[in-house]
Amino acid sequence: MAEPMKIRATLQVDTADVRILMQHPMETGQRKDAKGEIVPMHFIQNVVITHNGKTVLDAQWSQAISRNPFLGLRVKGARAGDRISVTWTDNKGDTRTDEVAVAAPS
Amino acid sequence: MNQLRRTLLKFSGAALAVGTGLLKAGEVFAAAWNKPAFESKAVADALKNLGAPNLIESKDIIITAPDIAENGAVVPIAVTSKIPNTQSISIIAEKNPFPLTSTHDVANGGEGYVSIRLKIGETSNVRAVVKADGKFYTAVKEVKITIGGCG
Repeated sequence: MAEPMKIRATLQVDTADVRILMQHPMETGQRKDAKGEIVPMHFIQNVVITHNGKTVLDAQWSQAISRNPFLGLRVKGARAGDRISVTWTDNKGDTRTDEVAVAAPS
Repeated sequence: MNQLRRTLLKFSGAALAVGTGLLKAGEVFAAAWNKPAFESKAVADALKNLGAPNLIESKDIIITAPDIAENGAVVPIAVTSKIPNTQSISIIAEKNPFPLTSTHDVANGGEGYVSIRLKIGETSNVRAVVKADGKFYTAVKEVKITIGGCG
């Protein structure tokens, strides 16, 4: 089972600054393990971020994204309490969804 | 003329894939993973498979990346597009075994900004390709790598 994501969404005037940290090995398929065997590719292919149910960012990734990927984006027109939901799907079909509310600026 | 034909072919291909049930229901929601573009080994091929053979150099794209990255396994890259109606941002590490690293489609208030962390194999240009109003714009920044991140 995939590990939960860390998501932080902070409001800055009328824009939500969203930062996501996912837990994923992101294997490139080029690395060899201790026995000299190639570690098969295992990476996140799709990330969909929605704001109150509407897709704001639809990302397609390759294996070149770093391990435990970070993704930062900005959502215009957001308000405190809006729902930001993040779903990723990897090349093995594994998927995980997490959701946060936009926090008011402190 | 030829360009139009390419676009049409691609569209009908996608329609076919959906129609014949090659794609699972869950994947239709997300844009289909652009396999040919991600598996291209040359930058030109990747651009062609992205549908962007002709790029316009633009100063409205800002790539924020370190000049020298010590660890190629984690290179923070942020791309800001000030071009109106930005539809997508793709990031290409030109000397990686597979140059195209990511494509981000923005919509519904998603701003022309994305920040990620990349693996980069060796000192190389990082190219951002921004699609806005159906046109493709580009900008480049060189990142020097001390220890490669593709091993």
